Amino acid sequence: MKHYKKNLTLLAGLLLATSTYAAKELLNVSYDPTREFYKEYNDWFTKQWKQDTGEDVRIKQSHGGAGKQARSVIDGLAADVVTLALAYDIDAISSRTGKFPSDWQSRLPNGSAPYTSTIVFLVREGNPKGIKDWGDLAKPGIEVITPNPKTSGGARWNFLAAYAWAREAFDGDIAKVEDFVGRVYKNVPVLDSGARGSTTTFVQRGIGDVLLAWENEAFLSLKELGEDSFDIVVPSVSILARPPVTVVDENAKKHGNLKLANAYLEKLYTPFAQRLVAKHFYRPFLPEFADAEDIARFPKVKLITVDEAFGGWQKAQAEHFSDGGTFDRIYTK
Amino acid sequence: MAGNTSTLHGRAAKAVAGKSGPHGSNTPLRYLLIGIALAFLLLFLFMPLASIFAEAFRKGAGAYFESFDDPAAIHAIKLTLIVAAISVPLNAVFGLAGSWAIAKYEFKGKSFLTTLIDLPFAVSPVIAGLIYILMFGAHGWFGPWLNQHDIQIVFAVPGIVLATLFVTFPFVARELIPVMQAQGNDEEYAALTLGASGWQTFRLVTLPNVKWPLFYGVILCNARAMGEFGAVSVVSGHIREMTNTMPLHVEILYNEYNFVAAFATASALALVALFTLALKSFIEWRAASAQKFREGERLPDNTPLHQTS
Repeated sequence: MKHYKKNLTLLAGLLLATSTYAAKELLNVSYDPTREFYKEYNDWFTKQWKQDTGEDVRIKQSHGGAGKQARSVIDGLAADVVTLALAYDIDAISSRTGKFPSDWQSRLPNGSAPYTSTIVFLVREGNPKGIKDWGDLAKPGIEVITPNPKTSGGARWNFLAAYAWAREAFDGDIAKVEDFVGRVYKNVPVLDSGARGSTTTFVQRGIGDVLLAWENEAFLSLKELGEDSFDIVVPSVSILARPPVTVVDENAKKHGNLKLANAYLEKLYTPFAQRLVAKHFYRPFLPEFADAEDIARFPKVKLITVDEAFGGWQKAQAEHFSDGGTFDRIYTK
Repeated sequence: MAGNTSTLHGRAAKAVAGKSGPHGSNTPLRYLLIGIALAFLLLFLFMPLASIFAEAFRKGAGAYFESFDDPAAIHAIKLTLIVAAISVPLNAVFGLAGSWAIAKYEFKGKSFLTTLIDLPFAVSPVIAGLIYILMFGAHGWFGPWLNQHDIQIVFAVPGIVLATLFVTFPFVARELIPVMQAQGNDEEYAALTLGASGWQTFRLVTLPNVKWPLFYGVILCNARAMGEFGAVSVVSGHIREMTNTMPLHVEILYNEYNFVAAFATASALALVALFTLALKSFIEWRAASAQKFREGERLPDNTPLHQTS
């Protein structure tokens, strides 16, 4: 009997230890490809915060497809800050929970996007299928890897970039545009739920001829898995992706983290963080602070924005990705 | 159940070995069938298992053990052990109580209860996770109340425990019910007529009779509790060093191109599985020998049967 008691106390102790040990914790709920960047940024920020305030903080990360992550925050995942792939997902959190104002994008510079990126093609070494531009993706026999636009932010950027290209190529003939996008998605053998899943499918499992990838994700694949296995192909036109960040006010207040959370996001705009952003293959909002070499890696590409081409995310989401939208129509056809 | 099947197997094997006649003439076919079965096992069971260890040790033993020297890995292991330490004993108690009621008593709705116990086997683990989101999530049935009282269930350890409890619920009961039913109520009645109290009957008669199947169920339950991915993934929120169990940690590491660490953690889970299997065989062996001569059975000259061999 004594043994049981001892074990029980031990167990209770373990439980307590896991639930209450750190002084202050901040939870950053992010999308898939930011893992490496935030790992390094968190180390730096923790030191900075200790220097500035003398306080110890631990920053916790959660990563996954942006749509899925937003869903979790809506369902109660206690994020202090969200750093997701696109504004729409953060809008959804704001409108469904009311935990922060709907004009959150105006709270930080550049529509609350401290870094931007774009969509490029990652192909097998030497580009054996000769993929040059969006038009090639619809050709028969080409396998295209992209995640599911219903769950992944990156996938929605991919979709819109292809759509925008087609609209220009077919002079705005919507029937032709939809037919084209439909044929592209017919060439997709696996629809993963997040961008990182698609990258692993393409580079690790060796499925597909071309991966529609975040630029940072494509560069990271080259770095992690060898420059001689893949090539990056830059299409004639792509989309300016602005992954935004914001504080979930109510959650942060509840945890007593409001000041910390605000500082955490504001410091993303400091010279050091901007340099780090470029190092991790994101395009920094303030390129003057980044290493010139890092900036030189980014190919020049004609970038369109969602606001110009699609009238903002709310409209784009409603038209293309909500139930019965363009994606549902072309994918089930 | 385990004990019964293995002794049956033993008898069947002996019977076949005794008269090899009908198969003797057909040796090529026999070897072909055995060969196919072995090739299948090799391809789909041993090779994947071996590849886990091969990948884990690809960069040497140093890199292998380094993978466990990481706060996130240590926390994942700790959390997995905590979840198993809570859910397995609870399910052992529920399983024992449930199978006791079903096997020893007649009541209305008994077959319904039996079906209910099997429900977690039939339901996809993803659904098992989602029902807890629907109940305890911020917009779930109890969400507002929990929020008011500052209680976090999903995306925290309690949610993970609940999901694991649900998924591993049938393991103990499924093992116990057939054994208890086969044994019937005779020994309990005898104990009661001799003046034993209900608790004494349970502790001294029922429990010793089912101790091996109970142990077996607990082991299977534990293996599943540690290995569960789907249901836990839904309610976890994937927060490093907070709500990541070992299976989730494997996925994260794999997605971060950290293949050695991913397979090292996977190999730890595989070792748990192998250990479970070894323990399972041991229990089956013990249960079989316990079954051969039930303690207390005696020859006419009063020699206890289990002492004769």
